[in-house]
Amino acid sequence: MNILVCAKQVPNTNEVKIDPIKGTLIRDGIESILNPDDANALEEALKIKDRYKDVKITVITMGPPQANEMLRECIAMGADDAVLLSDRAFGGADTWATSNTISAAIKKIGNYDIIFAGRQAIDGDTAQVGPQIAERLNIPQVTYVQNFEINEDEIKVQRQLENGYEIIKVKTPVLLTTVKELNKPRYMNVKRIYDAYKKEIPVWSANDISVDKDTIGLKASPTKVFRSFTPEPKGKGVMLEGSSKEKIIALMSDLKQKHII
Amino acid sequence: MFEKKHEMLRKLVREFAVNEIAPYAQEIDQTGKYPEELRKKIVECKFHCVTIPEEYGGCGGDTTSLAIVAEEIARVDATSCSEIMPNSLSGSPLMLFGNEAQKQKYLRGMAEGTMVGAFGITEPGAGSDTAAITTTAEKDGDYYILNGRKCFISNGPNCDFITIFAKTDTKAKGVSGISAFIVESKLEGFSRGKIEDKLGIRGSKTCDIVLENVRVPKENLLGKEGQGFKICMATLDSGRIAVASQGLGIAQGALDEAVKYTQERIQFGKPLSKLQNTQFEIADMATKLQCGRLLVYDAANRKDTGQPYTKEAAMAKYYCGDLCNDIAYRSLQFHGGYGFIKDYPIERMYRDARIVSIYEGTSEIQKVVISGMIFGKK
Repeated sequence: MNILVCAKQVPNTNEVKIDPIKGTLIRDGIESILNPDDANALEEALKIKDRYKDVKITVITMGPPQANEMLRECIAMGADDAVLLSDRAFGGADTWATSNTISAAIKKIGNYDIIFAGRQAIDGDTAQVGPQIAERLNIPQVTYVQNFEINEDEIKVQRQLENGYEIIKVKTPVLLTTVKELNKPRYMNVKRIYDAYKKEIPVWSANDISVDKDTIGLKASPTKVFRSFTPEPKGKGVMLEGSSKEKIIALMSDLKQKHII
Repeated sequence: MFEKKHEMLRKLVREFAVNEIAPYAQEIDQTGKYPEELRKKIVECKFHCVTIPEEYGGCGGDTTSLAIVAEEIARVDATSCSEIMPNSLSGSPLMLFGNEAQKQKYLRGMAEGTMVGAFGITEPGAGSDTAAITTTAEKDGDYYILNGRKCFISNGPNCDFITIFAKTDTKAKGVSGISAFIVESKLEGFSRGKIEDKLGIRGSKTCDIVLENVRVPKENLLGKEGQGFKICMATLDSGRIAVASQGLGIAQGALDEAVKYTQERIQFGKPLSKLQNTQFEIADMATKLQCGRLLVYDAANRKDTGQPYTKEAAMAKYYCGDLCNDIAYRSLQFHGGYGFIKDYPIERMYRDARIVSIYEGTSEIQKVVISGMIFGKK
C-alpha cells in the first residue's frame, strides 16, 4: 500500500506577529515547525504502517529549500520517503496554485492508495489545499477525519461536525484531511534522526513535474490578500452588580451616556 | 560543533523531557518509584542506546549526541539520566572490550530494553582507591568463583547483569591483578543489599551487590585476565562526559527556575529581576554555565573526532560537578523560603546536584587526572 502525506512547514504561530505596516507575518527569528494537523495526518499513516506489511509512506511538501528539515523530521517519525517541491516559480502561490502544483507532483509519483493531509495550516487557516488536490486528482475525499478504520481496501471514517459526526465508508484511492482529535503524533527517535540525515531528499522544480507554468506561483493565484492585521483587543467587559432593577438602571444610564439609546 | 542532526536531536529530547518527564519529576522524587510507562517511552525514543552500535540494536550515535540527550533530560529531571546508563557505565565495558557473543547477548539486550545492566567497582573499603578492592575471582575449571561485596551500585536493585571487577591475582601489586566479569543476577550466590535512602536522584535505585561463591562461566570474562583496571578506567573516561552533561543540564534547569521565579516574585514593589543584584547574579550564572557547556561539548567533540580527550573530559566533569551545585544553590537563594520547601522544583534540583561531583570519580579524582596529564605520570 502506498500512502502519501501532504505536509507544510509553518511558522510557530504561537509566537508569530503581524507587521502592522506591511500587513505580512514577521517571520524573523520564529521557529519553523511541522504543521500540527499534518503531524496527525502522518501519524495515521504510520499507524497503518505499524499494522500492515509493505506500506510505504511518502511525504510531500511545497516550500523553500529549508523545508527539507521538516521532511527529515517526518522521516525521523517513520516516513519512508519525502519529496520537496521547491522553485522560485512556485513562490507566492495561493491555495489554487498550490493544489495545482502538488497534484501535478502526485500524478508524477503515480501509485497511491490513500492521501492524508492535515485539515489546515496554522499560518493561513484556509483548509482548502487538501480538498482541492482531491478535486484535481478526481478522487473521493473526506474532510475533518477524527476516527479512521481500515479493512482491506474499505475505509470507514468519522467526519467531525460541529455537533457530532458522520460515519462514512469510502474506497481507495481517497484523500482524507485530518483533525487533531484523530490521534497523538509520535515522537521521532534517535536512530531514525540519523537515518533521516543519511537520506537524499529529491527536490522537484517546475520543470520536473508536468505542469503548465502559467498555472503556478503568484501570477496564477486568484486570491489576493488585501490586508492582514491583528484585531484590536476588545476592552474589558463590565460586570454590573446589585438587584435586577439596579442593574437595569445602571445599564440604561451607561447606554445613554454612550449615546447608544 | 553541532550538525543539523544534533539540532534535531536536541529538539526531540527537549520536547520529550518537557512533555513526558517533567510532569513526573516531583512524583518520582517523592515516591522513589520510576514509572514503567515512562521507561518504555524512553526506550521507544532510543535515548538509552544512543551510542550502542547499530549491529547490536543501538543507534550508532556519537558522544555529542549522548551529551545532548543527558543535558536535556537532566535539565528537567536528573534522576532520569540513570535510564540512559547503557550509553556509558553499563554499556561501555561491553562496547570497548566485549567479544561478539557478549555484545550480542548483553549489549543487544540493553538496546532492546529487555535487560538492565550495572557497573560494579566500588566497595565499602575501595572508593577512589580502586586498587584496594578485595572482591576475588578464583579460577575453577571452566568457571571463576567470585566472592566479595560491591556498594553504591546504580541500578543494582533491578539489574539483570553487572560488570564486576575482582582480583584474579591476589598477589599482584596495585591494580594489575584486577579482571572484569559479566555476572548475571540470576546466578546462585548473587544477592542484593537494601535499597539506599539517598539525598538526591531518588528515582534511581542504588544498593549493595553481594557475591558468595558465585560461579561465573569463563566465557563471561571481559577482555583478558588482568585487564580489569584498564577496562574500568576506559569506561570511566568516556562516562565522565555523560556525567558532566548531566551536571550541565541540572545547572541549566536551575538557572531556568531562577529566571522564571525572579520575574514573577514581587518584592519592594517590583519583580526581583528588576533588582541589580538579581541581574548581576543571573549574568554571572549564565556565563559560568556557558563555560561548562563549552567544556562538555569540546570534550565530546574531541572524542568524536578521535583526539585525546581524557584531560578535557575530566575538566568538564570537575567543572560541571561544581557548577550545578553552585547554580542550584544560588537559584534556591533567589527562591528564599519557597526554595526550602518541596513545592518548587529547585529544592529537588539542589539535592540532585550533589551527586554529580561525587559519582563516577569525585571532583578530587578529576583533579588528580587533570594534574597527572599536566605533570605526566611518575
